[in-house]
Amino acid sequence: MGLFSSLGEKLKHIFSKMGNRGKLTELEIKNAMREIRVALLEADVNFTVVKDFIAKVSEKAVGQEILQSLTPSQQVIKIVNDELTALMGGAAAKLEVSSKPPTVIMMCGLQGAGKTTMCGKLSRYLIKQGKKPMMAACDIYRPAAINQLKVVGRAVNTEVFEKGTQNPVKTAKEAIEYAKSRNYDTVIIDTAGRLHINDELMKELENIKKEVQPTEILLTVDAMTGQDAVAVATEFDKRLNVTGVVLTKLDGDTRGGAALSIRAVTGKPIKFCGIGEKPDEFEQFHPDRMASRILGMGDVLTLIERAQSAVSEEEMEKMEKRLREAKFTLDDFLVQFESLGKMGDLTELMGMIPGMQGNKNMKNVEVDEARIARFKAIIKSMTAKEREHPDIIKASRRKRIAAGSGTTIQEVNQLLKQYEQTKGMVKSMKGGKGGMKMPVMNTKQKTKYRYR
Amino acid sequence: MGLWAKIKAALKKTKDAIAYKLNKLFTGGVLNDDFYDELEMILLSADIGAETTERLLKDLKKAVDKKYIRKTEPVKDELKLLMQQILDENEIPQYSYPMIILLAGVNGVGKTTAIGKLAHKFRKQKKSVTIAAADTFRAAAADQLTVWADRAGVRIVKHAEGADPGAVVYDAVQSFKSKSTDILLIDTAGRLHNKKNLMEELKKITRIIEREAVGIPLFNFIVLDATTGQNAIPQVEVFNEAVEIDGIILTKLDGTAKGGVVLGIANELQVPVVYVGVGEGIEDLEEFDSDAFVEGIME
Repeated sequence: MGLFSSLGEKLKHIFSKMGNRGKLTELEIKNAMREIRVALLEADVNFTVVKDFIAKVSEKAVGQEILQSLTPSQQVIKIVNDELTALMGGAAAKLEVSSKPPTVIMMCGLQGAGKTTMCGKLSRYLIKQGKKPMMAACDIYRPAAINQLKVVGRAVNTEVFEKGTQNPVKTAKEAIEYAKSRNYDTVIIDTAGRLHINDELMKELENIKKEVQPTEILLTVDAMTGQDAVAVATEFDKRLNVTGVVLTKLDGDTRGGAALSIRAVTGKPIKFCGIGEKPDEFEQFHPDRMASRILGMGDVLTLIERAQSAVSEEEMEKMEKRLREAKFTLDDFLVQFESLGKMGDLTELMGMIPGMQGNKNMKNVEVDEARIARFKAIIKSMTAKEREHPDIIKASRRKRIAAGSGTTIQEVNQLLKQYEQTKGMVKSMKGGKGGMKMPVMNTKQKTKYRYR
Repeated sequence: MGLWAKIKAALKKTKDAIAYKLNKLFTGGVLNDDFYDELEMILLSADIGAETTERLLKDLKKAVDKKYIRKTEPVKDELKLLMQQILDENEIPQYSYPMIILLAGVNGVGKTTAIGKLAHKFRKQKKSVTIAAADTFRAAAADQLTVWADRAGVRIVKHAEGADPGAVVYDAVQSFKSKSTDILLIDTAGRLHNKKNLMEELKKITRIIEREAVGIPLFNFIVLDATTGQNAIPQVEVFNEAVEIDGIILTKLDGTAKGGVVLGIANELQVPVVYVGVGEGIEDLEEFDSDAFVEGIME
């Protein structure tokens, strides 16, 4: 793994070496670009993409704007980030809808990329949008693949059309007819995983395409893919002219360079990403956010968005008022734990916070969700009076609370200690001392991420 | 060697193949900085990784100096030798029966398929095999494994979907002991290495095996997808921390990916590659051969 664990950390290191010395020489830029090149390759960005990228960035950096700049290193970072974002594509791409229903979405990709799981997620997403989707099982090769899609279908309340191991081209065609007769407005076709160099199976996809004329052909790609992502995407695109890409397993700690490569060589937008194994763990893809994630700037935007959807406006206002009054009771503490839980997997959330991702010191710090659950149980075992005035919780009350919440006195003590610390922080924040290195967010959000 | 011929054929299918670029580089030309720069790019583009590429280049330059190599052609053989050295540094585990093999890895790498192929392989060696379907999480995983068990003609122990994988493993170990089978193969659910609770679950599974199968050797293999990039290194690292990995099964080597990351893993983490998988057929699994692997990459 070397000294650094993320591309962002590497770039930061390069630029910290540059320092703030006013002006940069061409040699310094050349050295920095060499490091950036290696860093991008280490992040699994394809080497031809890297070559082009470096050429572009160098061209911009060596120009006058940087040499005359007051903080050259900052400007290089900006150029790298801007170019990276530009490479990832502009705004978030949406799913196309056919004017003549049903809209047909065909999923394709290598084995194990996560097509079947993604079908379920897509369906859940469409249902939430008020659509009426159906799924068609066209993977006749992998053992029990049809069964898997049926289980997934049940989990997301979506009908699965299947014709066993009948020719998938025929099944796809019949599925569309069936969908029309049942007034389904969208058909998601799950195809078998295949290698891009397997001519016979690629032809099968071409035939399905010809038969059902999909509105969307989505190439499903594992976010952990290495240099080969380009060969795979190029071939699928050449044969099928895909309309977009779906990136899976983005909840891992991969740097995700494959996303950059695919986008750069095919020019096709990345539309969605999978961020977990549950049907809800699915997001629209935001190119700018991905660029900053790769750069290690954290995914602050996503974090803020989730915080907003997890905490109601009302709760927010209440909390703000409490903060203004510098009152912070155990009830407030509980609310915070609960909103954290609603935001999703905590370890994943941590990765979105700038500086957390790939931070060496944070490597062994894990969010213990079970511990948070115990903390919640402890607070819930307290009386209203105890929550409002924690000072009264002495030995015998602690014993009772521990018994009531199924925890130990030590854990009750730990919770109370954490509460005191947090309260202290809230007070100092109110006093304007701050002292917390948190992402740039307004105070409303600031209060949400302190407990780890 | 039929299988390795297949790999070679697959690798040849694209002119992006590392072999194509290497051959161009090693034909004619002079040994200057540009040569090494280009070589570095090629190695990196095979997913070999920066750290291991750096080591290879350093050792290569040393060898070139020592042997007074002046032309580019013989450098190729030197490079092959160095790659092979890295791969052969780590010893492959020696089997003794009865024994237990557990497969772990991230989602979608081909664990279940690898179990099916392994079962078949051991059956051909006239060993008796029991399979444990401890992936109770993924939809229809046990169904998929049952199909493989039938194909290989071996017994399978499974529970309902959503059951505790620890309970499946417990039952499987009891059945394996009482029936005195030679080999117990355990399939586990795919898990990303950065999900702590899932890694804890894996640890629990191995604890159960160690407790219930005292004195029976347990081999933990991690299954890696050959298309995976540098993320394979933290994968092996973290799985190794959790359950001590004895070897790697490298799958999907029939694509255009070269699996170069295993060089990085062998170099940085000292974990050997034990098997390679190259397709969906039951025969498509072979013992790893560093010589053939390097040939496959370079020729």
